[in-house]
Amino acid sequence: MADVLERLGYQIDFPEAQTCCGQPAFNSGFWEEARGVARHFLDTFEGDGPIVVPSGSCSAMCSHHYADLFQDDPAQMARVKAISSRVYEFSRFLTEVVQVDDLGASFPHTVTYHDSCHALRELKIKAGPRQLLSKVRGLTLKEMDAAEECCGFGGTFSVKFPNVSGGMAQTKLDSILRTGASHIVSIDSSCLMQLQGVISRQELPLKTIHLAEVLASR
Amino acid sequence: MNPIPVDAIKSTLSDARLQNAIYSSTARLMDKRAHAIAPDAIDDFQGLRTQANAIKRHAIDNLDYYLEQLEQNVIARGGKVVWCRDAGEAIQFVLQLSREKGVKRIVKSKSMTTEEIDLNEHLEHGGIEVVETDLGEYILQLAHEKPYHIVAPALHKTRYDVADIFTETLKVERVEEPEQQTQVARRVLREKFITADLGITGANFLIADSGAIVLVENEGNARLSSSAPRIQIAIAGLEKIIPRAQDLATFLKVLGRSATGQPLTVYTSFLSGPRRPGEIDGPEEFYLVLMDNGRTRLLADEGKRQSLYCIRCGACLNHCPVYRKIGGHNYPWVYSGPIGAIISPQFHGVTQDPWLPFASSLCGACSEVCPVKIDIPQVLLELRADITHAKRKEGAGQWERRAFRLFSYVMRRPRLYEMAAAMASSVFPGSRGAWLRSLPRLLRLPPVMGWLSHRDLPPPPERSFRALWRERQRAKGGN
Repeated sequence: MADVLERLGYQIDFPEAQTCCGQPAFNSGFWEEARGVARHFLDTFEGDGPIVVPSGSCSAMCSHHYADLFQDDPAQMARVKAISSRVYEFSRFLTEVVQVDDLGASFPHTVTYHDSCHALRELKIKAGPRQLLSKVRGLTLKEMDAAEECCGFGGTFSVKFPNVSGGMAQTKLDSILRTGASHIVSIDSSCLMQLQGVISRQELPLKTIHLAEVLASR
Repeated sequence: MNPIPVDAIKSTLSDARLQNAIYSSTARLMDKRAHAIAPDAIDDFQGLRTQANAIKRHAIDNLDYYLEQLEQNVIARGGKVVWCRDAGEAIQFVLQLSREKGVKRIVKSKSMTTEEIDLNEHLEHGGIEVVETDLGEYILQLAHEKPYHIVAPALHKTRYDVADIFTETLKVERVEEPEQQTQVARRVLREKFITADLGITGANFLIADSGAIVLVENEGNARLSSSAPRIQIAIAGLEKIIPRAQDLATFLKVLGRSATGQPLTVYTSFLSGPRRPGEIDGPEEFYLVLMDNGRTRLLADEGKRQSLYCIRCGACLNHCPVYRKIGGHNYPWVYSGPIGAIISPQFHGVTQDPWLPFASSLCGACSEVCPVKIDIPQVLLELRADITHAKRKEGAGQWERRAFRLFSYVMRRPRLYEMAAAMASSVFPGSRGAWLRSLPRLLRLPPVMGWLSHRDLPPPPERSFRALWRERQRAKGGN
């Protein structure tokens, strides 16, 4: 991601104090614990300029759910509002802020794109990543029939209900295998971790790759 | 606090025939819905959803006003309104009325509200014959099962299952074609309709300004149940109310499409009290049972009140990847799928089945298709917070709480976070990027083992992102 953004002429600041957005605790019902982490995020990213996030899920946490955490805290809410408007999921930053779709990338493989749920349904990101992929040299995009179906990760859901989560990944991978693609591209690493975990276990002829890695390939 | 029904879920997942039945039936319903809401099939379906949401919000926010208006209008049409606080009162009313009026046989049309209170079991216990007349419900009644799905109760039964059930219970010749099976059921049920003393229906909508009860169905059995017997009872949850007859246009447009992909169901019936002088048909007596049974408790919570907007279309079940794996019977109550996961804890209290709101990947497919736009994932998140609080009070879930406290502690301390990451890397110095299939004994904690049951685990990176970043910045500085 840094390579792609720097090629576009952006100067990147990586605040080393950053850790996590707090979503794992929030989604598990531990809002107080999540609030602590969220406050740390707000402190770390204080300032101006866009915050580019290589994950739809983390972006949605900051832009949508921090408001849930601090609904009774007007002082923090003001900071949340300021941060929310600066948070961009990576592909959205490219297509809507930079307004670029051809990054001069080359990736001579057949890929399929997995719509991660939070990017698709909370951030409404669907066409952008596909537009970016369509300009990559040598890349063929094959749509799977279950593109919008969840991979089954769901944070702690994946370990609390491993059979159900594993079954969902299986359904997803069956659909992916039918496309004949060699790579699964997504904008969320957590979905890719879930899918790669099964791919590795079953030794399937597939690789997972983040959109940023594809766009950085020359 | 009931635990996760792990074994029951496992057996559903490993039953290939059942998996196929659930998956193909829900896929068909999803596909039909997609066609029925396409722009060439209907103008501005999304606008209709917004409108349906607004009407329900208004109706539920002003429930007291509209319920009284409904009552006045039902009475004005010669009907009687019976208010029931809970299941017990509703059951008692039906039993008592049946005894008073000498009712021996009851025909029923499909109603989730009566399933909710186990009405059939109580009536049979009281010595009254009660017959389900919806085909799916009839099949399940013969098989002594609860509905598997809000709209398609026998979704999990193949026609071969139905053939088995009919031959065993009705002692008829085995037929495997659905059309022939329908004929078998029809022959039995026609006789029941003609001889029943009492008909019980549910209600899809209660119209406050006209006092009409609207029934939506495809088989004509609800119309028969509500017109053939001499006495009629409609049992409805309080939340089924809509303010005006004209609001119905919005709901009829979204309900059939969301449920079965039909622009309109085959029958839409309006019940408006008993037969009036000069009319040739209709019941002699008409009762509307308005049941609370926990609904007003939901009203008190402004954030989760939207759970009462539900019009029971079942679209969230069809589109839920969890429902499509675990099916209907692994949910703790008759309301299954995403809507069941948000209403069951609110009706029963969050500690009864504390696992239920966690049985979701929060993918949001449910709220995307909900015709009244209930934000189901948001309600799930709020319920999870409620459950965590309740557990804390009861001293349960200690390990998870400790884990998240530690998580929060580390994530607020970047140096500690970096050290922890470095430690993880040092534990697996030799993995060289290969994914891990097992872990040293010390790290075999339940969540890790849960992950490893189906997936390999990514190894910690040999060098952290921070280390790579610093090197990159140094290299740039040197240029």
